[in-house]
Amino acid sequence: MKIIVCVKQVPDAKDVRLDPKTNTLSREGVESIMNPFDRHALEAAVVLKEQYCGTVTAITMGPPQAEETLRDAVACGADHGVLVSDRAFAGADTWATSYTLAKAIEKLGEFDLIICGKQAIDGDTAQVGPGLAQRLDIPYVAYARKITECVDGTIRLERLMDDGYDEIEMEMPALMTVVKEINEPRVPSLKGKMKAKKMQATVLSAADIGAAPELLGLQGSNTQVVKVFSPHFSADKCMLAGTTDEMVDQLLAKLDKLL
Amino acid sequence: MIVDVARQITAEKIIPQRAELDEKEEFPTEILRDIAKADLFGLYIPEEYGGFGGGSFEMVLALEEFSKGCVGIATSFAASALGAYPILVSGSDEMKDKYMPEIASGAKLAAFGLTEANAGSDASGIQTTAVLDGEEWVINGTKQWITNAGDAKIYSIIAITDRDKGPRGASMFVIEDGDPGFSYGVKEKKLGIRASSTRELIFKDCRIPKDRLIGRRGTGFFTVMKTLDLSRPGIASLGVGLGQAALDEAVLYAKQRVQFGKPVISFQAVQHILADMAIQVEAARALVYGTARHIDSGAKEISKESSMCKVMATDMAMKVTTDSVQVLAGHGYMREYPVEKMMRDAKILQIYEGTNQIQRNVIGQALNKEYSRSK
Repeated sequence: MKIIVCVKQVPDAKDVRLDPKTNTLSREGVESIMNPFDRHALEAAVVLKEQYCGTVTAITMGPPQAEETLRDAVACGADHGVLVSDRAFAGADTWATSYTLAKAIEKLGEFDLIICGKQAIDGDTAQVGPGLAQRLDIPYVAYARKITECVDGTIRLERLMDDGYDEIEMEMPALMTVVKEINEPRVPSLKGKMKAKKMQATVLSAADIGAAPELLGLQGSNTQVVKVFSPHFSADKCMLAGTTDEMVDQLLAKLDKLL
Repeated sequence: MIVDVARQITAEKIIPQRAELDEKEEFPTEILRDIAKADLFGLYIPEEYGGFGGGSFEMVLALEEFSKGCVGIATSFAASALGAYPILVSGSDEMKDKYMPEIASGAKLAAFGLTEANAGSDASGIQTTAVLDGEEWVINGTKQWITNAGDAKIYSIIAITDRDKGPRGASMFVIEDGDPGFSYGVKEKKLGIRASSTRELIFKDCRIPKDRLIGRRGTGFFTVMKTLDLSRPGIASLGVGLGQAALDEAVLYAKQRVQFGKPVISFQAVQHILADMAIQVEAARALVYGTARHIDSGAKEISKESSMCKVMATDMAMKVTTDSVQVLAGHGYMREYPVEKMMRDAKILQIYEGTNQIQRNVIGQALNKEYSRSK
């Protein structure tokens, strides 16, 4: 069984600060970690490998230093790391990212399963996993909380819902994104760390994956960040008085003003 | 690298659970599984048996990290090594082939059985016997206060094989969980290290195959002494880790506790306690690391050094944890803070694997021997 895990290097949420002048993320002195949900995705993949044999390849799109996250992945049980890295990818939104990852995964050849974390803690969009499945034209399940079985090219799993869970059977190749309830990620092993130290990640550039330049990076993105700001919280209070209908009218008028 | 892995397990797995495991006196099965997944059970086991091939120093580093989290859990981990050392020290290649890979992978936990009701410090008081009957040994007797008993699958125990031969009359054996005539006593209730399990090993006409004898017949005491020489720096490192954790808690508390309008760390009375704690922790660490390196260099005579670091680091841990409770004062005495547990856990370090009084005997005898030789 060939499993691909998508991982992302993100700033450690414990230390994230906005630069009050520029309103951009201040990354200086902030430690980078593997997106926590991706650790659950990786653990799910490694457990599947231990159960059914096969390989786990961790893939990430990012700057050269994102290789560190691939080393973490190998230390925790992945067999290999693939770094999709090129200046042309800079500024990509989820649309361009899913395109780039899809091209890279196609380049890697056949696979049975792609596992992603449900979302990254920096962007919080939860779009890249499903977007990637669309690009690759394979079925997907988001928010998987349990893998029940994986036999004869079919995977059975449970999808977390607001009011319970769905039991789903899906033909492979397929993609799933996982929630943190799916498992308890292991800490890196000694042998894994040694393997990670020696690991030479495969590096794929825009040319390597045969991507169309106009679909990459900022240029290929349908959304652009215009402004980042910290929301302003006001402690102003006011009491409404009168009958219920009057108070509702007053409230609506106030809300109207805010919009 | 070893420190990184052990530290992450301590931070993510041990510390969040230690208070509950202590309170419920619950064996840390899941955490030991995490340690196994991280390959640390094989740290001191040669590579040909599936281990990491490290020595005393590697073991000391890992134990120090674990004991910063919980000495009870660290003891369960260390006791498996104590059960494995006799096989490594004196066992045949076949025996090592059979048992070491599963101990190294953490698939099976090991334990060590020496102490009896009338034999602890005085190992010659052993009453458990092993009699050869055809192709089997028949074992009778009871071992007391055995760490990991009931949770381990592999036991290295000592029994008398020829009482009239004195110190050459004892032999060591491997007992497996499930051997006929082998059972466990009830779980003991302890002052500290309550996450670890302690039970009796009960042998009633327990029959085991002849080849479970570790090494040659009559070498039991030799194997035990050699095992303890190797394991004592591990206990010493538990003292170092525990002392460090108690110091960390005390300093952090003293910085934020305000009395008379100032953090209490600004008072010399408190500063001096903290300074003495730090001095002792660092001195003990230096001695333990030095001893571990001495052992790994292949030195033949290690009993004295091994005992010295055990005494010093564990007496230090008792003192430093007590002082830590003093610095935290009322809060320190409450179970809400971790230092009262640290103080309870420290006491056993001065007792098990040879009381600190027995260690001083070993050191004294070694000195006597050394100085007679040099003349």
